Amino acid sequence: MELDTGVTAWMLTAASLVLLMTPGLALFYGGMVRGKSVLNMMMMSFGAMAVVGVIYVLWGWSMSYGTGVGAEGYSLFGNPFEQFGLGGGAVLDDAGEWVVDGIPTIVDVGFQATFAIITVALISGAIADRVKFGTWMVFAGVWATLSYFPMAHMVWGGGLLSDAGPFVFGDAAPIDFAGGTVVHINAGVAALVLALIVGKRKGFGTDAMRPHNLPLVMLGAALLWFGWFGFNAGSAYGADGAAGLAWVNTTTATAAAILGWLITEKLRDGSATSLGAASGVVAGLVAITPAAGDVSPVGAIAIGVVAGALSAVAVGLKFKLGFDDSLDVVGIHLVAGLWGTVSLGFLATETGLLYGGGIEQLGVQVVIALVAVVFAGVVTLVVGLALKATMGWRISEEEEVSGIDLAVHSETAYETIQQGSVIKEVRA
Amino acid sequence: MKLVTGVIQPHRLDDVKSALEAAGVRGMTVSEASGYGRQKGHTEVYRGAEYTVDLVPKVRIEVLIADEDAAAIVDVVVGAAQTGKIGDGKVWTVPVDDVARVRTGEHGDAAL
Repeated sequence: MELDTGVTAWMLTAASLVLLMTPGLALFYGGMVRGKSVLNMMMMSFGAMAVVGVIYVLWGWSMSYGTGVGAEGYSLFGNPFEQFGLGGGAVLDDAGEWVVDGIPTIVDVGFQATFAIITVALISGAIADRVKFGTWMVFAGVWATLSYFPMAHMVWGGGLLSDAGPFVFGDAAPIDFAGGTVVHINAGVAALVLALIVGKRKGFGTDAMRPHNLPLVMLGAALLWFGWFGFNAGSAYGADGAAGLAWVNTTTATAAAILGWLITEKLRDGSATSLGAASGVVAGLVAITPAAGDVSPVGAIAIGVVAGALSAVAVGLKFKLGFDDSLDVVGIHLVAGLWGTVSLGFLATETGLLYGGGIEQLGVQVVIALVAVVFAGVVTLVVGLALKATMGWRISEEEEVSGIDLAVHSETAYETIQQGSVIKEVRA
Repeated sequence: MKLVTGVIQPHRLDDVKSALEAAGVRGMTVSEASGYGRQKGHTEVYRGAEYTVDLVPKVRIEVLIADEDAAAIVDVVVGAAQTGKIGDGKVWTVPVDDVARVRTGEHGDAAL
């Protein structure tokens, strides 16, 4: 097919928007931790950009969108060697470039790479303040390779969870528009497993660990929302009404999720908070991600308001269950990701239960969500325990108390007057 | 000589400072402080997790003053800082043995 410059221009823009989400996430997470660990928190996002940005062109694309290994429709991952380094002629050929649906495949590589990066970065919020940077960097590469690329292949690359796979019931094929399973359930489950493997921060549940900079959190949430237009409207792979529907659904669901979260906490805690609004933004964006192209804007309101309320309740569970998912990756990404994925069973305009489509779509959505949970859970457990036994996850207790920024990165984020007057340059 | 120290509500600082200036006080030291009395702290909520903040922000204001003016200055601070609510703070006076002005080396009342 011929090159469509309009669509290609939009997809390059969308890829750039999604890439911006990861620094946005760094601000969102960075503001939520204590001042002594903000740099490490942000570095985990930037580290994910570094590692995944490199391995994506080496074997990430090939494992995601290369020919599946195993029986057709049952494959768990693509052949990493087939298009290693974007070779093999599938992305770039001698004549210049391959074009699929009007878009050069190399543009799709860029777009998809940004999804892999943010998914890995999302996990970091669960293990804030306390893990070795080197272990995190190794985890980023290994987890992307063993969990993200396979999941992207299964859902979007013609594998086990795609419409070519076994989970097609009647008219109902799996729907994951932009990454409810691949991105949010995947990252949310990994966050839960890692929080359990790594263990609690010193003082969790007793010491006050309040967010040190809420304006940073709100700025980060705003950048995430902005970047998410690339994520969702870009996933329409067109500059057309489908992209417009995804854009409107994304905004509508997010707005509704802010209301859902604020109303819940106003009733429960007595105040509508800025952290609640920022968190509601993310919960809504997460929930609408799998559904953005397949529900009506009114359906998006329902998805958003439930996502906001559900996540507002879910973030309290870690205290009851006793696991230190520091920045609530589970309460927001796993919970809202599961809800968004399952909500399609009710609200998909073509096949949903509430649109007269029967129970099949709901069944499909529940099954793909469960498969994603199990797959991500097993992979993360193996990778997390292997790293615990080899490199080790935790910095020393003393380093954790004095602050990971100084201990691991030899930097502090903020200068105090007392410090400033005694700092001398010792090395030019 | 006396040292008059007041720990007051931060939002009363401007009024207290103006009142002291009007009463002829020529210098003071102001610093940020935190603490609590009967007011106790306050509660903050982040994603449903409640934190009790025991220490609340206060301003400490210190004035060196001649013995005979000390009682009047305490009243000036109290008058300007008072809102009538719990948490208004305290003002106290302690005797000072000596004061030296760094610039000139003067001692005692001449250094005030």
